[in-house]
Amino acid sequence: MSDIRVHAGGLFTTVQDLGRPGHYRIGMPPSGAMDQYSASAANLLVGNEPNTGLLEATYIGPTLEFTDHRLIAVTGATASVTVNGEPVEAWTAVPVGPSDVLGFSMLTAGARLYIAVSGGIDVPVYLGSRSTYTLTGIGGFDGRKLADADRLPLGEAGTRARAGHSVPESLRPEFGTPAELRTIIGLCSYRLTERGLKTFLDTEWKITKDANRVGYRLRGGSLEFTDRAQPFGAGSDPANVVDLGYPVGSIQLPGGDEPIVLLNDAVTGGGYATTGTVISVDRDRIGQAKTGETVRFVETDLDTALTARRERAARIDTIREALTGN
Amino acid sequence: MVTIKAGMPGIFYRRPAPEDEPYVSEGGTIAAGQTIALIEVMKTYNEIRAEADGTIGKFLVEDGDEVEIGQDLAELETA
Repeated sequence: MSDIRVHAGGLFTTVQDLGRPGHYRIGMPPSGAMDQYSASAANLLVGNEPNTGLLEATYIGPTLEFTDHRLIAVTGATASVTVNGEPVEAWTAVPVGPSDVLGFSMLTAGARLYIAVSGGIDVPVYLGSRSTYTLTGIGGFDGRKLADADRLPLGEAGTRARAGHSVPESLRPEFGTPAELRTIIGLCSYRLTERGLKTFLDTEWKITKDANRVGYRLRGGSLEFTDRAQPFGAGSDPANVVDLGYPVGSIQLPGGDEPIVLLNDAVTGGGYATTGTVISVDRDRIGQAKTGETVRFVETDLDTALTARRERAARIDTIREALTGN
Repeated sequence: MVTIKAGMPGIFYRRPAPEDEPYVSEGGTIAAGQTIALIEVMKTYNEIRAEADGTIGKFLVEDGDEVEIGQDLAELETA
């Protein structure tokens, strides 16, 4: 048995995989990597299946010491990556050995780093996933973010991956701003006037400091609601409706001027009007958007959303073939 | 002269609480690892620490300002 010694946990580093879907009806959000594409790529680079436990680090990378020979890969946000102080390539399978130390400098683009290790971070599986859901303290490493001096258990590494293999530039995401988030309008967009909906789509929204794995709170415009008689069971705010289930990625509008995009660790239902839902593929993008940056919602339809999802799956297959085919 | 930089985006505060004195004043001496400010982001207040001993020069952002990753927060004259 071998492990990783955490010298510094960073700001908010958690064990994630592709999530814990299937329990939404009991109020359990999926958790999982915010940028599923980058997480999948990192795992494939080190010979793991995409849905293997890995680390997601927000804003500040951790400092990690290895205790045996592994392949590691860093994807997602852009930062200089070092092993024992020497620069190594991101989006590339890098060999490490006992007492090697992985470190990061400040992020220059994106918000979340993914760190995969051959064999995976082998924390216990909870409800089918190794993902951490910190609000209730389940899954991952003791249900919490990493702290200095933690020791992370590793699984047994396979032999498929090879050091030096990398994901071609053309298959790495770009983080231009504003982040364009394709959005399906509904379920409660009827609460907005035509002008309110237009403002919603025309505004370049700024990400506030209150942006994390639960949701991103935005500012930049004020949306006009239609007049109505308050329905039985709904609150008095114009943005209140009778409780409904919130899709992952849905955008609720408390007060009409602070939209919140609900993400992987969000509450599963409530009484705020949701005016649209960010499509699954573009949730990878918002997961890489930082406090202070801007986003724009672009209206799209379900066919486009499903096509985008198939294309993402195809890109992941392309990475898999490129890594195993030569 | 080096600068202490923000490692994360958020709101910059020079005091542990609104009614408290600043962590450190301009011209004040600090030790490596000492907290000089807070940045609020992701619903947490994160301590910003000096990486070296020295004397704080000017603060380069105001209390309550928004900061971005890599932004200079304060000058540090290292000992």
